[in-house]
Amino acid sequence: MVVQALAFYLFAVVLVLSALMVITARNPVHSVLFLILAFFNAAGLFVLLGAEFIGMILVIVYVGAVAVLFLFVVMMLDINFSDLRKGAMQFVPIGLLIGGILLFELGTLYATWQFAPAVQEKLAAAASVAIEADNTKALGEILYTKYFLPFQMAGMILFVAMIGAIVLTLRHRPGVRRQKVSLQHARRAEDVLEIQKVPSGTGV
Amino acid sequence: MMEFVLWIWGFWIARTVVFTLLVTVGLLLAVAYLTYAERKVMGAMQRRQGPMTVGPFGLLQPIADGIKLFSKETIIPEQAHRVVFLMAPMILFALSLIAWVVIPFDKDWVLANINVGILYLFAISSMGVYGVVMAGWASNSRYAFLGALRSASQMVSYEVSMGLIIVCVLLVAGSLNLQEIVLAPRPFWTQVLLFPMFIVFTISILAETNRAPFDLPEGESEITGGFMVEYSAMTFALFFLGEYANMILMSAIAVTLFLGGWLPPFGLAFLSFVPGIIWFALKVAFMLFVFIWARATLPRFRYDQLMRLGWKVFLPLTLVWVVMTAGLLMTFNALPGQNDGAYAYESTANIPANIKAEQ
Repeated sequence: MVVQALAFYLFAVVLVLSALMVITARNPVHSVLFLILAFFNAAGLFVLLGAEFIGMILVIVYVGAVAVLFLFVVMMLDINFSDLRKGAMQFVPIGLLIGGILLFELGTLYATWQFAPAVQEKLAAAASVAIEADNTKALGEILYTKYFLPFQMAGMILFVAMIGAIVLTLRHRPGVRRQKVSLQHARRAEDVLEIQKVPSGTGV
Repeated sequence: MMEFVLWIWGFWIARTVVFTLLVTVGLLLAVAYLTYAERKVMGAMQRRQGPMTVGPFGLLQPIADGIKLFSKETIIPEQAHRVVFLMAPMILFALSLIAWVVIPFDKDWVLANINVGILYLFAISSMGVYGVVMAGWASNSRYAFLGALRSASQMVSYEVSMGLIIVCVLLVAGSLNLQEIVLAPRPFWTQVLLFPMFIVFTISILAETNRAPFDLPEGESEITGGFMVEYSAMTFALFFLGEYANMILMSAIAVTLFLGGWLPPFGLAFLSFVPGIIWFALKVAFMLFVFIWARATLPRFRYDQLMRLGWKVFLPLTLVWVVMTAGLLMTFNALPGQNDGAYAYESTANIPANIKAEQ
């Protein structure tokens, strides 16, 4: 238990600090690297909660794919960030206002949050089921039965978004020479090669 | 009671420490002699001798190379981002080490027998790209940056099909735990079904470890060594170690998923007197031989060919295979857990009878 508590505080502290560094680091690449550290610690917290499947998926999806693309884009962009920062101070009042509203809303939400009366029993029942099956299996069983429709709909929405991105960036450029592998494979020596006997002393 | 708990704790910690040391030292030795094997095998394939002057048959050559790298001067370029520059090789090396905790070497020889072992491996291997990208960016050099970009896009592309291949194996084995994947009963026809995926996986791990014929990130002929261009001495040695340790790791994953891990080959019971770790090592050595073989045989891909292979060939193929595997398993009532775990065809040929009896 002590080890778990220590691990929790370690992950939590590093998570909060790296999240802070994401928004304060001067170099955008450093920001992304701190963001990755934050993802990683969040995954650690999930594992501590016993949700090892979600922890691993968090690392695979966010650290392994999303953050790589972030890093890619940020590295490729050659923006002079000190120029961008020059006028930043004039937006501080608006930023504070939006932050304040969000904080207020979250505060009211938290103050009025109540649990349904029977929730404790249900929680206990769920836990006993989850302990029997390991949590990957438990997730799969609930995802593909009870939440089948929302799950598939989320997949469909992502699919449409993907197609949209492809359609937006697709352009047909004329005059581009592309390798057509099937044509290359279909080529036979007889079609393109001709063996000629050249008598010595004469040209072809 | 408290003393007993403490005693168990102490025992557990001691066991973990010893095991970790064994794995780490063993891995470093394996890396050293993998470089030796690579030079010898490629030498033989190209009718050369390979290293032969340091020690008998040149056996001390890797040690000499190691000492040379240790004693050289570490150069950090003036324009480099120092912290990131130094962190990159460490991350690459550390990642290639921490993945080993979930690999089952033998029946009880696994450091952390976790439920989501294969996902853990996938997560760790998908992070390998950061070492490379950070190195390329922090070096502040054109060649290094180009190498890093190539590597990032290549690793991300091939990971997708690797994930789908892993799903195929999971469908047959019915568990994310690596030990259970090894011991899962696999009827002969499912092994036939998985064999094409084994081939695709082997090619994908070549791309994932930036090895020939997919070694564009290094591409010494066009970008003079890619992301490692600015690294010297120990920082370079860490990259080198990490890269070769990654090769061994990927081989170990392929062996665990497809070649039956530490089980004797073809489920032959009379072969199980040989310790499982020997079989495991032999199988990994075979995979590594394939790595070297490919490097000595095949010319490097062009970049667009590499991307075409990943996205237009492997991705559709593996996707279709996942659906087909699921469909076939469902049809023949052979999904794990279906039919109360009893298989329609009880020819679980991959596990020797005596090991099955022990379970």
